[in-house]
Amino acid sequence: MIVAKQKPIDEIIKMVADCGKILVLGCNECVTVCEAGGKKEVGVLASALRMYFLNQGKEVVVDEHTLERQCDHEYLEEIRDIADKYDAILSLACGVGIQFTAEKYHDRPVYPGVNTCFLGATEQRGVWTERCQACGSCILAETGGICPVSRCAKRVMNGPCGGSSNGKCEISKDVDCAWQLIIDRLKALGRLEDYEKVMPLKDWSTDRAGGPRKVTKEEVMD
Amino acid sequence: MRLEYPANVKIIRVPCTGKVDVIHLLRALEKGADGACVIGCMEGSCYFKGGNYRARKRVEQAAKILDSIGVGGQRIRMYNLSSGEGTLFAQYANEFTEHIRALGPNPIKKAGKKAA
Repeated sequence: MIVAKQKPIDEIIKMVADCGKILVLGCNECVTVCEAGGKKEVGVLASALRMYFLNQGKEVVVDEHTLERQCDHEYLEEIRDIADKYDAILSLACGVGIQFTAEKYHDRPVYPGVNTCFLGATEQRGVWTERCQACGSCILAETGGICPVSRCAKRVMNGPCGGSSNGKCEISKDVDCAWQLIIDRLKALGRLEDYEKVMPLKDWSTDRAGGPRKVTKEEVMD
Repeated sequence: MRLEYPANVKIIRVPCTGKVDVIHLLRALEKGADGACVIGCMEGSCYFKGGNYRARKRVEQAAKILDSIGVGGQRIRMYNLSSGEGTLFAQYANEFTEHIRALGPNPIKKAGKKAA
């Protein structure tokens, strides 16, 4: 899922300080799971904003709404009739949802209420870690299901590097060396001989460096 | 026991303090309460394992939010006692009421009245 983190409340207040009517717009997908922008967080933020403005002696309407997804046309249509009533939409969706909302409601200012961080997994409640960088050409089959692109600080394709010590990365004692994990996993799979194979140069043309990307599936297109 | 505690304390019963969420505490203040305190079981003796620990974290989180919007996080507190400690409950109710009285009325309520 896409992992995001709510922005500090004072940063949010600065963005919407001059608005008279604000819609706090949540998303029921990834940001709900990472507890950054679901219905619950929308309620908390909206309540905090209402109290802040009241305390400042300003009469500001702060409404709440949470969509099933903000990255889909059909769900975004749900606010078609109400969007015009607001001076600003404060979106708690990931960067994708925020942009899609802004594209769809072109004349409404849309502000981000979260910082979108990475593609990750829930290690435990309240702890999310990165697992994928969407490089566009997956090599997990060769590396025992552990990704050196997202989990190795240097993105080394034939590791580990000299900074690996006792299974940890030199950048921090809290970060596992991805290549140590790969070796351990290949050993567990009885495929340690695969580690001996030198990995060829990775095709990075599918990565972000090639500019904004697009995926099409013609057989399902209208 | 015939213990007395301030009549302005309104009790809201929950199945476990673990049920109390940040939004419940914020809404209490948004709707005009001068303060809100959560009274949970003694630490380590939650019937549902860790409900009171969760509640404490949420109280801290709500207090942080209230601080950041200038309402004052000290309007929210958590106490722990066992269900047999009626005397302590009355003592906490008195203590919290005095604490809130010293802070003065909820600024939201005041501002809301002015706006109206």
